[in-house]
Amino acid sequence: MLFPRPVQNGPPPRVVVTGAGIVTAYGSGWRVNADGFRAGRTAFRPVTLFDVSRQRSKMAAEADLPDTLPPTRLPARQASRLDRASRMLLLAAHEAWGRAGWEPTENLPLVLGTTSGGMVLGEEYFKRAVGSPRSHRGQPTRALHYQPQTQGRIIAEALGFSGPIIIIANACASGGNALGLAWEMIRAGRAGRVLAGGYDALTLLVFAGFDALQSISPGGCRPFDAHRDGLSIGEGAAMLALETLDSANCRGAEILGELTGYGSAMDCHHLTQPHPEGDASLAAMRRACEVAQVYPADIDYVNAHGTGTPLNDSSEAAAINRWAGSHAARLPVSSTKAGIGHLLGGAGAVEAVVCLMVLREQWLPPETTVETPDPICRFPLVRQPTDAHCNMVLSNSIGFGGANATLLFRRHP
Amino acid sequence: MNRVFVNGLGAVSPAGWGLPALRAALDAGEPLPLRHIERPGWDRPFPARLVPDPSPRPAFLAHARFRRSSPLTQYVAAAALEAISGVSPLPPRLGLIVCLQSGCVQYSCRFYTEVLDSPATASPLLFPETVFAAPASHLAALLGGDPLVTTLVGDPAVFLQGLALAADWLLEGRVDLALVVGAEEANWLRADAIWHFDHACVASAGAGCVCLGLEPPASGGVELSALTDAQTYLSSRSRGRAARLMRSQLPAGSVRELLCDGLQGCRRLDAPELAAWQGWPGPRLSPKRVLGEGLMAASGWLCVAACDALARADFTAATLSLVGCNQQAIGARFVRAS
Repeated sequence: MLFPRPVQNGPPPRVVVTGAGIVTAYGSGWRVNADGFRAGRTAFRPVTLFDVSRQRSKMAAEADLPDTLPPTRLPARQASRLDRASRMLLLAAHEAWGRAGWEPTENLPLVLGTTSGGMVLGEEYFKRAVGSPRSHRGQPTRALHYQPQTQGRIIAEALGFSGPIIIIANACASGGNALGLAWEMIRAGRAGRVLAGGYDALTLLVFAGFDALQSISPGGCRPFDAHRDGLSIGEGAAMLALETLDSANCRGAEILGELTGYGSAMDCHHLTQPHPEGDASLAAMRRACEVAQVYPADIDYVNAHGTGTPLNDSSEAAAINRWAGSHAARLPVSSTKAGIGHLLGGAGAVEAVVCLMVLREQWLPPETTVETPDPICRFPLVRQPTDAHCNMVLSNSIGFGGANATLLFRRHP
Repeated sequence: MNRVFVNGLGAVSPAGWGLPALRAALDAGEPLPLRHIERPGWDRPFPARLVPDPSPRPAFLAHARFRRSSPLTQYVAAAALEAISGVSPLPPRLGLIVCLQSGCVQYSCRFYTEVLDSPATASPLLFPETVFAAPASHLAALLGGDPLVTTLVGDPAVFLQGLALAADWLLEGRVDLALVVGAEEANWLRADAIWHFDHACVASAGAGCVCLGLEPPASGGVELSALTDAQTYLSSRSRGRAARLMRSQLPAGSVRELLCDGLQGCRRLDAPELAAWQGWPGPRLSPKRVLGEGLMAASGWLCVAACDALARADFTAATLSLVGCNQQAIGARFVRAS
C-alpha cells in the first residue's frame, strides 16, 4: 500500500548501485562512454535529426543508436517501432539490468526523470493534426507513445518486471531528482530495489526553445570558462539499478558505488535564471552532505551541472565556493557537458554514471574546451585527463524553474 | 504516528473559480453546458467544458511571476491558494507537488507553431512556460519560503502518487504542510487527442488541490486512511484487472460510505471502472459526468469532491477510484477525523 507507509525499525538501509547503463553521443554502454569521458572528447556535430537551417545554432551532440536493440521480452515488431527516446531508455535500462544481474520480478518500482518524454512523436502528432485533421491513422499511437508513462511501461514489459512507475519532470534536475527519490524509497522501506534514471532525446521543440532563448553557444560549450557563451544540447539516457547493501551482499553482486546522500532545494529567484549566489544549489549540497554525515573536505571531485551559460556557471561556482570553503582550492571540479552537451532530463542520471566511473576507474573527466577558467572559480577545473584517487564524489543538477538536486556517491571497496 | 489529515481544499473547474462553484455544480448533478473549441483545418469544433474567466480577477495575477503565466499555472495557483486559505500563519516548510498529464498545451502549441513558421522569431518568452515544471516554480515563488517542490507526470492516477509522496514528506518531518495539485488546461490539440480515443469524451480544464498536514483542522476534519498500491497496466494486467486489484485492496464499503469515481458517460472508457465497482453498496458521485474529462485536474476534483462531501455530509468514509487512462489504477479512502 502507498499509505499507510511501512513501519521501519532501525536505521535506514544503505543503498548501493549494482547496475548502470548509459547512452550518450559517445555511444551506448559503459566502456565507450568511460573512454570518452576520461579523454574529455567532444561529440558535437551538425544536427541531422531535424531541420536546423533556419535556427541560429546548428550543432548538437546526437547519439548514434544501434540498428537493432538487444533482445528483450518485447515482441520484435514492437521493438522495431520504438521512438528514439524509448530506444535510448531501453538500451540504458537493459545494460543496467544485465550488469545488476536482476531477474524478472514483481513490485519493482521504476523512477524516471525526463523533460519531454517522446516529444518527437508529439511533434509528429501536432503536424499531422494540423496537416490532415480528418485522418485518424496512427494518431492514437502517437498520442500514447509520446507520454513518458508509456515509455516506462515499455521498459517494464521489455525487462519483465512490474511495479509502480513514477515520473519526475523537474526540468533539467529531473534525472537527479529521480535517483534521489529512488534512494529515499529504499531508505524508507518502500522497496528493496528500484530501477531509476533519466532520459531525453533531441527534439526540434526543445532545441528551438533554447535557440530562441539564445542560450546555445555558437562556438561550443565551455563550462566555467571566462568567455563561455552558452550551452550545447545533447541527448541520452542513463539508468541505475539501486538496492540495499544487504540485498547486494546476499546476492554477491558487484557493487559499482554507494549512493550515500541526496539533497534537493528550490530556487525561487526566477523561472530561467538561478540565484546569483547559488543559494539553492548550496542548500542542496549541504543537505546531501548532512544526510550522508560528511563534510566538503571528504569530497574528492564535483561533477558540476556546468551548462556553459554565463548565469548558471557563475551561480554554481559561487555555490561551490561557499559550500567548500577553504577546501575549494583542493577540490577538482568539471562539467562533462563540455563533451556530450546538456542532456536535460537525462543529465543528472548520466552524470551519476560518470561519478560511478570515476569511483570505479579512479580518473577525473576533463573539460578540454576550457581555455581561460573564470576567476570566480576558486576550485581547480579539471582540464586534462587525470588519474586520481577518489573515494567520494558529488554531482549537481539544476533545472529551469529552480529545481536543484545533489547526489553523493562513495566508492565501494 | 502515521496519521495525515486534510487541512484544506481548492478547485478551479468549468463550474468556476473556487470550491463553492464546484460544490454547487456537483450538488446540482447536471452536466455543465458545452462550449466549443475551434480546430484548425476542420469546420467541426470540439465540445468542451472550459474554465470561465475569473471575476474578480485574482490578486495573485499581479505578482511578477504571473505576468506571462499560462492558464495552467494560474489554475494551479488559484487552487493552491484556496486550499491554504484557512491556514494561518502559513508554516515556513511547505511541500508542493504538482501533477500533470498534458501540461502546458496552449503555449506549447503556440511556440511550436512559431518554430515551424519562423524559428528565428519564435518567442523566447513562451518556451520556458511550456516546461512541465513551470507551474510548480511559479507557485513556489508566489508562496515564498523554502519549499520542497516536485512535478509528477503521468496518467490521472498519478495524483494519488502525489498524495503518497506528500504523506511521506510530512511523516518524515521534511515539511509542515503539503499541497498536492492536479491540473490541466484545454486547447484544440488536447481535445483532438481525447477525441481519437472516444468521440463522446468532453475535454475540460482546471485544477484541484488538497492540502495535507499532520494535525486535523478545527472542524470538519478528514483523515487519509489508505492509498492502494499503484496497479500498473501491463500486457498481463489489463486496465480492468488493475481496477479490480485496486478495489480488492480497499474495504468493501457500506451504505454510508461514498464512492467517488471517474465515470463520465463514455462507454468504452468507463467499462473497466464500472465493472470493478459493481455492487458498491453506498452512494456514488461521478464528478466527470458534470465537469468533463479534465485528466489530472479531474483527479484533483474527484479527491476534493470526496473530501468535501465527507466533511459536510453524513458519510462515514469516502472511497476514491482513479482508474487512469494509460498507466495505472490507484484507490484512496478517507474517513472522518476522530
